[in-house]
Amino acid sequence: MNLKPDTLKRIDEVIPHYPSKRSATLPLLHLIQEDAGYISPEAIEWIAAKLELEPINVYELVTFYPMFRQQPIGRRHIKVCRTLSCALMGGYKTCATFEKEFNTRAGPGEISPDGEVTVEFVECLASCGTAPVVMIDDELHEKVDAAKAKQLSDQIKAEAGQKKGASRP
Amino acid sequence: MSAPEQRRLIFQHIDEPGYTNDIACYLRNGGYEVLKKSIGRKPEDLIAEVKKSGVRGRGGAGFPCGVKWGLVDRKSGKPIYLIVNADESEPGTFKDRYIMHQDPHQLIEGIMISCFANNVKQAYIYIRGEFPHGARILETAIAEAREQNFVGPDVLGSGYSCEIYVHRGAGAYICGEETGLIESLEGKRAYPRIKPPYFPAVLGLYQCPTIVNNVETLCHVKHIVDMGGDAYTKIGTPNNTGTRIFCVSGHVQRPGYYEFETGKITMGQLLNEVCGGPLPGRKFKAVIPGGSSAKILKFGERFKGKTRAGEEYDWGVEDVPMDFDSLGMIGTMGGSGGVIVMDDSVNMVEALANINAFYAHESCGQCTPCREGSLWMKKITSRMVHGEARVEDGALLKSVADQIPGRTICAFGEACSWPTQSFLAKFGDEFTQYPAAPKSLRPNGATELI
Ligand SMILES: NC(=O)C1=CN([C@@H]2O[C@H](COP(=O)(O)OP(=O)(O)OC[C@H]3O[C@@H](n4cnc5c(N)ncnc54)[C@H](O)[C@@H]3O)[C@@H](O)[C@H]2O)C=CC1
Ligand SMILES: Cc1cc2nc3c(=O)[nH]c(=O)nc-3n(C[C@H](O)[C@H](O)[C@H](O)COP(=O)(O)O)c2cc1C
Ligand code: SF4
Ligand code: FES
Repeated sequence: MNLKPDTLKRIDEVIPHYPSKRSATLPLLHLIQEDAGYISPEAIEWIAAKLELEPINVYELVTFYPMFRQQPIGRRHIKVCRTLSCALMGGYKTCATFEKEFNTRAGPGEISPDGEVTVEFVECLASCGTAPVVMIDDELHEKVDAAKAKQLSDQIKAEAGQKKGASRP
Repeated sequence: MSAPEQRRLIFQHIDEPGYTNDIACYLRNGGYEVLKKSIGRKPEDLIAEVKKSGVRGRGGAGFPCGVKWGLVDRKSGKPIYLIVNADESEPGTFKDRYIMHQDPHQLIEGIMISCFANNVKQAYIYIRGEFPHGARILETAIAEAREQNFVGPDVLGSGYSCEIYVHRGAGAYICGEETGLIESLEGKRAYPRIKPPYFPAVLGLYQCPTIVNNVETLCHVKHIVDMGGDAYTKIGTPNNTGTRIFCVSGHVQRPGYYEFETGKITMGQLLNEVCGGPLPGRKFKAVIPGGSSAKILKFGERFKGKTRAGEEYDWGVEDVPMDFDSLGMIGTMGGSGGVIVMDDSVNMVEALANINAFYAHESCGQCTPCREGSLWMKKITSRMVHGEARVEDGALLKSVADQIPGRTICAFGEACSWPTQSFLAKFGDEFTQYPAAPKSLRPNGATELI
């Protein structure tokens, strides 16, 4: 495993928070996913060895908890809330706007053709009073109607364009 | 009668201009004074105050906090753990979010007082994975409190030590159920445990006695210890003491969070006056009063009966006082305080299809009635919405829903069947008409779920 020094440091800090090493599985999965983008078979083996578990003990968590993924996703992760309060305020249209803007389908395994985004339709994000809500990476966006979804999409595209421009020799 | 004023106890500083979530601001506002006083008192006295206060769990079940603390096994010789339930996963609920983001030290002070009262040396805050900022804010706040000796070894020189750690979930609703949460914290799948006979108070985390309390409940503890249990009972109404935060979402003019003395405000006052009434040109049709699993109420229906005190009541939805007991009496629940409002533009089949999709996605899969039943309810309502309903579907839906509650390990079984049962009982005509005229039943012309 090729983990960043900071990730390794944080892994060693978190394990002693628990009287049983196994409790650190979820925190380790989070740290490694943040570092590597997803959970590879190698990562599962690595965590198991680190916490003195069998790989299946780790693997069964990866398949149970929706936030963990086993393949890479787009550069930006757009999570649109699907649940009732957001749906009542137009969440389905919000999701459809992102799908259209990036020519993709909502789904955990989908990546837009330009590799820029993965759009996911997720369950209640606990901000129902400002529905419809969207999380882009770690950032919550409130009252995202179709028009605001278009704006956010344009912004993401502009930022992507800038990055491309900057990396050109 | 016009609505009472808000009584902001827990949300006193939420959205206050200039109020920040760092410890300096908290201390300027009198923060940690209650902890300082508590550390000098006998732990039993603190528990007695919480018992006297009658405060009921704000996580949704409304179980009296003091009674729960009284049931903790203190003779086992094993360590006692405290877990803060910050999973906030019930659709329609968003109060704990604001406490943790805007006033984290109020929670930490409540945790430390509760830990001291119960001789807890280690506490965990189980926060849902979708609150990455919340987790960071809490970690920073704990570090600040540690620096000032409010948390950690030898708290305020008293000889008492206690650590708090933040533990992040990863997107599974069932982690809010306390025994599922405990399994998750042990590093396993969040499969709820069978209870009774053993509640976490006796066998919880690592098979040790464990207190699980909601974020808001622990904030109330701080205020109870501050003013005294007796004074706290003067807020609210008998058996429904203190304040309650309502999280209002859906079709009202001013959705948001509002804190009132429990039982002092009715549904009508909350929705019409506080939240500004329906959207222009619309009428209220239905409301779910306590998170998406609570049974739905239909505007226009009436509830008659006798209160525990023997008083007769004859209420419309607007007249119901928003407290645990009154909402229980009319066949639903106050639950987590999430009030979801639907107006006359909503097609109830689509609304139920949305709810059913949630529960089918979130069942942990341990119990057959829940795993299969939630999936079947989703399949049936989903084909109704897509114009593929079969004539027998209404009856089939009811039969599936009726076979789940009481036959499962955890209360998710009830949670997933109550919406279907109550929607069918109150809006059954919309479901039976469905096979014949699906398109015309879409008042807002939507082509997808809602
Ligand atoms: N806040 C949220 O996001 C959500 C809240 N809920 C709420 O959760 C409620 C159901 O929760 P449950 O924990 O299943 O309810 P419960 O009634 O089984 O337990 C409530 C609390 O009292 C304790 N308790 C009860 N009897 C006890 C005894 N004899 N000894 C020791 N402790 C005892 C339990 O350990 C628990 O902490 C629902 O009513 C619903 O409103 C459901 C989903 C999400
Ligand atoms: C399916 C399910 C999900 C739950 N989710 C939560 C939750 O997200 N937050 C919470 O505080 N309680 C939740 N609960 C209730 C907890 O099991 C437990 O009753 C509560 O944390 C106890 O704290 P309290 O007494 O302070 O309310 C849930 C219960 C069930 C059955
Ligand atoms: S009732 Fe549902 S969620 Fe609860 S343990 Fe059974 S299958 Fe899991
Ligand atoms: S329903 Fe979307 S945040 Fe709760």
